[in-house]
Amino acid sequence: MIGGLFIYNHKGEVLISRVYRDDIGNAVDAFRVNVIHARQQVRSPVTNIARTSFLHVKRSNIWLAAATKQNVNATMVFEFLYKMCDVMAAYFGKISEENVKNNFVLIYELLDEILDFGYPQNSETGALKTFITHSNTVVTGQIGWRREGIKYRRNELFLDVLESVNLLMSPQGQVLSAHVSGRVVMKSYLSGMPECKFGMNDKIVIDKQGKGGGSEDVAKSGKQSIAIDDCTFHQCVRLSKFDTERSISFIPPDGDYELMRYRTTKDIILPFRVIPLVREVGRTRLEVKVVIKSNFKSSLLAQKIEVRIPTPLTTSGVQLICMKGKAKYKASENAIVWKVKRMAGMKESQISAEIELLPTNDKKKWARPPISMNFEVPFAPSGLKVRYLKVFEPKLNYSDHDVIKWVRYIGRSGIYETRC
Amino acid sequence: MTDSKYFTTTKKGEIFELKAELNSDKKEKKKEAVKKVIASMTVGKDVSALFPDVVNCMQTDNLELKKLVYLYLMNYAKSQPDMAIMAVNTFVKDCEDPNPLIRALAVRTMGCIRVDKITEYLCEPLRKCLKDEDPYVRKTAAVCVAKLHDINAQLVEDQGFLDTLKDLISDSNPMVVANAVAALSEIAESHPNSNLLDLNPQTINKLLTALNECTEWGQIFILDCLANYTPRDDRESQSICERVTPRLSHANSAVVLSAVKVLMKFMEMLPKDLDYYGTLLKKLAPPLVTLLSAEPELQYVALRNINLIVQRRPEILKHEMKVFFVKYNDPIYVKLEKLDIMIRLASQANIAQVLAELKEYATEVDVDFVRKAVRAIGRCAIKVEQSAERCVSTLLDLIQTKVNYVVQEAIVVIKDIFRKYPNKYESVIATLCENLDSLDEPEARAAMIWIVGEYAERIDNADELLESFLEGFHDESTQVQLQLLTAIVKLFLKKPTETQELVQQVLSLATQDSDNPDLRDRGYIYWRLLSTDPVAAKEVVLAEKPLISEETDLIEPTLLEELICHIGTLASVYHKPPSAFVEGSRGVQHKRLPGSAGSGESVESPDPGAAATETPPAVIPSQGDLLGDLLNLDLTPTTTTGPPPPTTSGMQMGAMDLLSGGLDSLLGGDIGGNPAMGAAFGAAPATMPASFNAPGSGGLDDLFDLGGGVGMPMGALNPPKAVWLPAMKAKGLEISGVFVRRAGVIQMEMTLTNKAMSVMTDFAIQFNRNSFGLAPAGPLQILTPLSPNQSIEPLNNLQVAVKNNIDVFYFSCQYPISMLFVEDGKMERQVFLATWKDIPNDNESQFQIKDCHLNSDAASNKLQSSNIFTIAKRTVEGQDMLYQSMKLTNGIWVLAELRVQAGNPNYTVSSVALAIGPIINQNGFENGFTNQAL
Repeated sequence: MIGGLFIYNHKGEVLISRVYRDDIGNAVDAFRVNVIHARQQVRSPVTNIARTSFLHVKRSNIWLAAATKQNVNATMVFEFLYKMCDVMAAYFGKISEENVKNNFVLIYELLDEILDFGYPQNSETGALKTFITHSNTVVTGQIGWRREGIKYRRNELFLDVLESVNLLMSPQGQVLSAHVSGRVVMKSYLSGMPECKFGMNDKIVIDKQGKGGGSEDVAKSGKQSIAIDDCTFHQCVRLSKFDTERSISFIPPDGDYELMRYRTTKDIILPFRVIPLVREVGRTRLEVKVVIKSNFKSSLLAQKIEVRIPTPLTTSGVQLICMKGKAKYKASENAIVWKVKRMAGMKESQISAEIELLPTNDKKKWARPPISMNFEVPFAPSGLKVRYLKVFEPKLNYSDHDVIKWVRYIGRSGIYETRC
Repeated sequence: MTDSKYFTTTKKGEIFELKAELNSDKKEKKKEAVKKVIASMTVGKDVSALFPDVVNCMQTDNLELKKLVYLYLMNYAKSQPDMAIMAVNTFVKDCEDPNPLIRALAVRTMGCIRVDKITEYLCEPLRKCLKDEDPYVRKTAAVCVAKLHDINAQLVEDQGFLDTLKDLISDSNPMVVANAVAALSEIAESHPNSNLLDLNPQTINKLLTALNECTEWGQIFILDCLANYTPRDDRESQSICERVTPRLSHANSAVVLSAVKVLMKFMEMLPKDLDYYGTLLKKLAPPLVTLLSAEPELQYVALRNINLIVQRRPEILKHEMKVFFVKYNDPIYVKLEKLDIMIRLASQANIAQVLAELKEYATEVDVDFVRKAVRAIGRCAIKVEQSAERCVSTLLDLIQTKVNYVVQEAIVVIKDIFRKYPNKYESVIATLCENLDSLDEPEARAAMIWIVGEYAERIDNADELLESFLEGFHDESTQVQLQLLTAIVKLFLKKPTETQELVQQVLSLATQDSDNPDLRDRGYIYWRLLSTDPVAAKEVVLAEKPLISEETDLIEPTLLEELICHIGTLASVYHKPPSAFVEGSRGVQHKRLPGSAGSGESVESPDPGAAATETPPAVIPSQGDLLGDLLNLDLTPTTTTGPPPPTTSGMQMGAMDLLSGGLDSLLGGDIGGNPAMGAAFGAAPATMPASFNAPGSGGLDDLFDLGGGVGMPMGALNPPKAVWLPAMKAKGLEISGVFVRRAGVIQMEMTLTNKAMSVMTDFAIQFNRNSFGLAPAGPLQILTPLSPNQSIEPLNNLQVAVKNNIDVFYFSCQYPISMLFVEDGKMERQVFLATWKDIPNDNESQFQIKDCHLNSDAASNKLQSSNIFTIAKRTVEGQDMLYQSMKLTNGIWVLAELRVQAGNPNYTVSSVALAIGPIINQNGFENGFTNQAL
């Protein structure tokens, strides 16, 4: 199991050091010398130094490292390090040197609670807050993620369907790979121990119901159902029930949490299409034209559109003409950044650029990194729809229709690239 | 409130100041002071001098202050053990506190104070806390047992904590169960044979129930523990799998991977034709793909594991090639791992896509990644024959880019492609030669030189090219020097007239001016070869090279099995067994996958005795050595026929096995190609351990199994050779061999193969003292095909040492007992009769030979060719009784009665052994042998 956990700043100074097992020796310094101060860039998140293994992650400038002498479950250690970051963020916001120093007592307290002898313990922030805010309530109930006796005047819940759509397209417009990774994030303000049931237009469920129900049902919903490649759930969801009945039922934690993640690859709506045209005119000039086409209902508006066109390292000057938005050549990033605030569906816009190059003898060809794109659209590119979220709390006197529910869909670009 | 100010106090006399503050009456000031102390401790300052003052602050109601003091205690108790005792009272008191948080905190901290003296005070509070009414306290106490065990294992056993811990597995709270499982697993790891985690179907059921309810971390502990269990049968295996599969949808990747581990392991036991088996395979792919959308560090761990899974069960991910395509922003460690998996999954169906991607990667910036991508193109060419042409043209395109390291890498892989597809792509040599000057890395230079030497006859200016390398001969690396030497010798053999000067030059450079023994030795070998027998030299140097294999970098199967049992852990990330990086007793135990359904052998038996019967793993000779095989010496030009020999494992066999084990090898005598033989071969190693119970069964069996070998000359059994010493174990020297008896002389025929890079010389052979006093009749002579003759008197395990210039290698082999039957083994009838009666009954043993479809006469003829003589024949009630005798080289007689029932393919043999005449009592075999009934 984990023998010690250390947090360093970017210079390698120790901010937090908690040793759980003596066998790791002077691991704090070993990691600093061999990894943080290493001459070469670190090529692996797992390093073995003098028979001690170090697993590390980096958040902005902060290094988090776990040291061990044993054959630990490496996946678990990384999951734990991320969880540790989440917990810290929930307590004091962004993980920065400043914040870590300001809260070091709290961090030690947290570490004491969530890692015992190197074994991760309950790390749900909601439950942790009952340990580490000094109230003297009874703490370990049958479920670890929700305490008892929660009361709200107004029972309310918010559902966010957040999707990031990823694309890799060839210059000819052929989709090399595309997938949507989505998350359903829930904010629940519900009293008592509510039993919830969540439903979406999952193809497997709809088809099953279609067999049992009328044929009209199939015709209505059959088209709109989506095939989910794989999904994973928050620990509150009863997985065995999902496995057998494919129904998603759970007692939610209080407050913010991520209910599920999913991945789809079929029938994805690609909100934008990027058509690049690169022409090399002689050895010192490059002509680039990029067309973007929006491909969704014209009544919807996409926001925060940004197209990033990489330029060669030898660029000496750029002239830009764009129909919409603002474009700028950023020499420090070796890219032309074109920003459009809003764009409706079924529209098209273009930018053309003339790039002057310095003449060089360098034989090395320019690698032509892909053109990447960022945007936000008010729908789910996977086609996922929330069908219902039912709440039952038999012990308290509120029922499903007393709960105020909100649903919102946001589709964002993940890695949305077109090769040129 | 900001705590960062505590980090900045660096003035002198601060310890003194702190001391004063700690003893202050004001609570707030005390707390501030302790915080300062902790901050100093964190940045590595020694504040141990404040120990008594800090401990004085321990008695407080303020939980935050208490926690800080405890933190200090944990750090410094070890350096001040006597002072630490002062804290004990407070701990004991806190363990009785009405607040469960405080009780748990006390027991948790006490376990972290690693001072021997404290442990005895810890026992009572711990015992109470293990039975506490609050589950939070119980789960903390469970981990505390593991802590205590780490400090003082004996104490934990004496106090009976292990039993209490076992009881907690049945606790009503799932978190308590999970922590108890974690603690027990850790303790069990340091006692491999303790059987502490007594996993039986009942406990497994409890664990599976707790699995549904506990926290994500608890699920990991339980799944990792489940992975150590071996189900009794396939049905149990399936039911566990069914209850574990829902975990594949968990948000925590560690839960998913641990579930994958359990499934991968238990799947081994499921029959392949089962519907469920297929369903399970299908269910495994999506979660593995999902892992690739996790954070990069998790992706890395996942990819390292997928690499193992793909090697074990390629079918799971064969359609998922696209998800392994490299993204522009992936961290380098993810990119490199993805490339590896892409090559493993490359097949005819997806090769076009893969190649397009690889070509794209070859233009990236990261040098390591580009190199690996170029190398990957070469590996695709070797793996998927249909794509070879496209790969070669892609490589040529890349060479045209003139990017130095791309060119060098391309040349290295093109050399491999030449090896795989000889006489196909040599047209590109001209393009390669253009880049000769830009090569500055030894591997690329060596590869280029190899190509020039290999195809010297097609390159007009080969001599000039090689000569240009020769100028800076002494500055080259060894690899290049050796390659250059060989290449020039090849060139000379191909174009002797114009290159005589060149070859002399290189030979003198290699032998006279070089300090490197490898180079000198190779130089001398070539020199002598060329000067004594140029024809032989041609045969040796220009010998046909074996093809290189398709898959490279495969993990050796037994290691792979072990790593599959460690999915998700560091072992699977390093691709090394835990014993390679974990110290002490932990991780020493090697895990293995359970046997498949129906085989009935449970490999992972906790019984230590089982280890003795395990057959040593068969080592697959590595084919990855591409530069090797330059010298492929075949010392005995005998042609071997029949099916390929099984790998003879160097197992020690008792005298009991003499007949069974020994005669087993006569299996090899199936020259006629009896189809039944193949099956018999496969079974051979398995019957060996079994024959302890039934001596001789399967022994004579094989003698009869001579199938259709009617036309063969007398006594000319010519079994195929078995590998006695795999190249992996002997630095490249592979020895295979066989024992035969020819014209009354026992011969040991060996083929020595040099699979290493360098020349092997100075061969010698010696036998260890053995039961029959076997010794080589003459020294081992190399380069003249000769099988050394031996005078043999065997008990049939022979330990042999072969020496060459590199090292001495030891191996053992078994010779068939039939070798020892001499030609004058025919006993006179009268003598036979008298002897048969004289032998006491307990000298006799019986066994059956199954499935022998020969009549008694044919059998008798067959046996005679192996010097087993039929003395008399009797027929009683339709049974033919053959009385037979044989004589061993040392004068021991063996008498046998063979009962053959017409129409029944099973023969019964009763045999007796006795010694007549002078017993050669030199090696102590007498005791072992004469007392044994054969």
